[in-house]
Amino acid sequence: MPTIRLDVNGTERAVDAAEDTPLLYVLRNDLGLKAARFGCGSGRCGACFVLIDGRAVASCDTPLWAAAGRRIVTLEGLGSPEAPHPLQRAVIDEQAAQCGYCLSGILVSAAALLAANAAPTEAEVRAALDRNLCRCGSHNRLVRAVVRAAHGGAE
Amino acid sequence: MTGPLRRAGGGPDERPQLPGSLNANRRLGQWLRFLPEGLVEVRSGKVELGQGIATALAQIVADELDVAPARVRMVPASTASSPDEAVTSGSLSVQQSGTALRYACAEARALYLEAAAARLGKPVERLQVIDGEIVAVGGAHTSYWALADERLLDREATARVAPKSTHRFVGSNALRLDLPDKAFGRPRFVHDLEFPGMLHGRVLRPPSPAAALRALDDAQARALGAVVVRDGSFLGVLAEREEVAVKALERLRAGASWSEPATLPDAHALADWLQAQPVESKVVAEHAAAGAATPARTLRARFSRPYLAHASIGPSCALAHWRDGRLQVWCHSQGIYNLRADLALTLGLAAERIDVSHVEGAGCYGHNGADDVALDAALLARAAGERPVRVVWSRADELAWAPLGPAMAIALEADVDAGGEVLAWRHELWSNGHSTRPGRAATPTLLAAFHLERPFEPVLAIDPPLPAGGAERNARPLYGFPALRVVHHRVLSMPLRASALRSLGAFANVFAIESFVDDLARARDEDPVAWRLRHLTDARAHAVIEAAARRAGWAARRRREHCGHGIGFARYKNLGAYCAVVAEIEAAREIRVQRLVVAIDVGQVVNPDGVANQAEGGAIQAASWTLKEAVRFDRTRITSASWEDYPILGFSEVPAVEVEIVACPEDAPWVGAGEAAQGPTAAAIANAVRDALGVRVRDLPITPERIAATD
Repeated sequence: MPTIRLDVNGTERAVDAAEDTPLLYVLRNDLGLKAARFGCGSGRCGACFVLIDGRAVASCDTPLWAAAGRRIVTLEGLGSPEAPHPLQRAVIDEQAAQCGYCLSGILVSAAALLAANAAPTEAEVRAALDRNLCRCGSHNRLVRAVVRAAHGGAE
Repeated sequence: MTGPLRRAGGGPDERPQLPGSLNANRRLGQWLRFLPEGLVEVRSGKVELGQGIATALAQIVADELDVAPARVRMVPASTASSPDEAVTSGSLSVQQSGTALRYACAEARALYLEAAAARLGKPVERLQVIDGEIVAVGGAHTSYWALADERLLDREATARVAPKSTHRFVGSNALRLDLPDKAFGRPRFVHDLEFPGMLHGRVLRPPSPAAALRALDDAQARALGAVVVRDGSFLGVLAEREEVAVKALERLRAGASWSEPATLPDAHALADWLQAQPVESKVVAEHAAAGAATPARTLRARFSRPYLAHASIGPSCALAHWRDGRLQVWCHSQGIYNLRADLALTLGLAAERIDVSHVEGAGCYGHNGADDVALDAALLARAAGERPVRVVWSRADELAWAPLGPAMAIALEADVDAGGEVLAWRHELWSNGHSTRPGRAATPTLLAAFHLERPFEPVLAIDPPLPAGGAERNARPLYGFPALRVVHHRVLSMPLRASALRSLGAFANVFAIESFVDDLARARDEDPVAWRLRHLTDARAHAVIEAAARRAGWAARRRREHCGHGIGFARYKNLGAYCAVVAEIEAAREIRVQRLVVAIDVGQVVNPDGVANQAEGGAIQAASWTLKEAVRFDRTRITSASWEDYPILGFSEVPAVEVEIVACPEDAPWVGAGEAAQGPTAAAIANAVRDALGVRVRDLPITPERIAATD
């Protein structure tokens, strides 16, 4: 099996896996990064989203060869309890989850949005999150959290 | 010392009845223990499904023990060490587990105070507890942590110590305990669990519900280095790497041929099909009028709902590990003891040789694939030579093979007088039972058990008994009618697996009742809110309807073209939470719900933000069911096995939701919040569509095609 080099959360990681392996399995099983989650395997739910060169991309649908040499950021790379990303803080402030399974992918979509548009309207937030599915009905809390994060934490 | 003591039954076991789940799990030490490091470990048999129950139970514990919530460690349920609280379902967890913990903690606190009194040489009355420190007047002190001794709680509960009447944490917003892990993407879900030497397993499900395996060529799958497991029509693969397991599964699929009889009903005539099936019938409620007036006419309407999928974002997942003739399972089942019983039946193993541990899964809205995947993992792990195995379902299997919320047909009739007042009300419903949960029948109800070389017969769905009921849940209207008859026909053919989906029969029954009464009010030119209030005597029912109407600006609503308002009301199970919903919709190319106002009374509230979250989530999910969702199938296969074919409401389509928690009488017991809004939301949307377009849609979902097809 070839060794493939990946740039994940600012660190170069070497992975021994077939080139067509979906990035998601490598993140979760080889690199121990569990934030990106399997939801559908075909890029239709957003649970597995990661940033690749700043864009929110379905890692379940991205083969390793397409991710190699590009900048991959997972939710773990956005922030930590010690240094949280504004979105992570806002999600806790808004208590914006029920089961939370969809949360990683939604925060990744929101991070891509805020990087491109620092002060999105509510409608823009909703449109940016339309590629992510949530089944528990936490949508409105999540939208409020993203708007709150865009406003520097104040609501 | 007081307590709700009454004698249970009349049998030889004359032990007093204890509150909540304490009755079946009577040892105090089963529920909690203090740790010297300043923590209290709490074991509930109820599991976290995404509904926030662990947080609410921790609030209750913190109050009764006088400790900070941060000192409470909620231990995930396990058959090895947790109380048996059967299934986490029916919006009963606060009632059953919360009540048990309340009494168990009150008694534990009293026992520790006695121990502290002995240690400090002070009377109990001179002691107080401050965040676990036990302080005597004069300054002498000890603590739960210093006194921590499991023997103190190694005794049967008596429930003779009254829980507190005032609370510091209960009734105030609490932050979800599980949220930080999820916000930072730390491992938390069963999907994240892994053990050294773990193999990845996948199961090849048949292409249709009645398919049988005819021939199998597994050479291509094995060529990848995967192990192929076969037991009758149950097929699976094991591989060192997950992507190899997935690839091997697809090769196995290509190498399998099946016979597929056409056993499914016409998806476009489900109500007719239900009404034509053999049934077991019973009268749910009946009373006749004293001096029967002659009706001027009889109004009739038939309503229906389709099969609905749980459609959780994360597919079912479990891990299993066989060692020394024992089986360990980690999964997101709602009922770990019940699952263990069915695993034991299927595997021919004594239940004592199986441990089932709960690990959080993606949102759970009823009996989904969580139990089935546990058996899948156990069967594959049996072929893994004492290595642990993790199995994850595919999206397609999640949508097509997990039990479905059953389709229902409901025929309503009202005899009315010349003024349109109801003289007699009749409600007949046809549905499969709403439960094939494991652990309750003589044979297992787990999916793979039906496909083994020596298969078990699928078990026909049953209904939980009244007063909660299953299909007949909320079939009896709360409105005062002179005469009433409610009949429940349990359909005895089950071509599609049916089981419990959030709110069971209440969703369709409330949709039907509340649509029909809206038309009765409309026929009299009466305001639908006024009609409802006039037919209800319960002050708490009035309060939620009035609160929803007030908040939504019902009285001042204005007619705008293509826009409409509607209201729906129910008391969940007729004995749980009261809930009224007002919907505002706009009918353009499709129905857009713009706003839902939810007023809810859940009795005493543990975590107000948790109640609001559950009510809002329930309303949004119900809006999705109402507007979009139906399991699709041809005469052989389920065809809605992807998100494209089973769409759910997206971010841009979700309405604004306002939740108002309505104050209740002080002595109102706490009841669950998660299933109260579904029926009222569907009805409110349907009534708003009627208001906007003059069209009464009686068959869910309310799609543009349905509206066009309804006169």
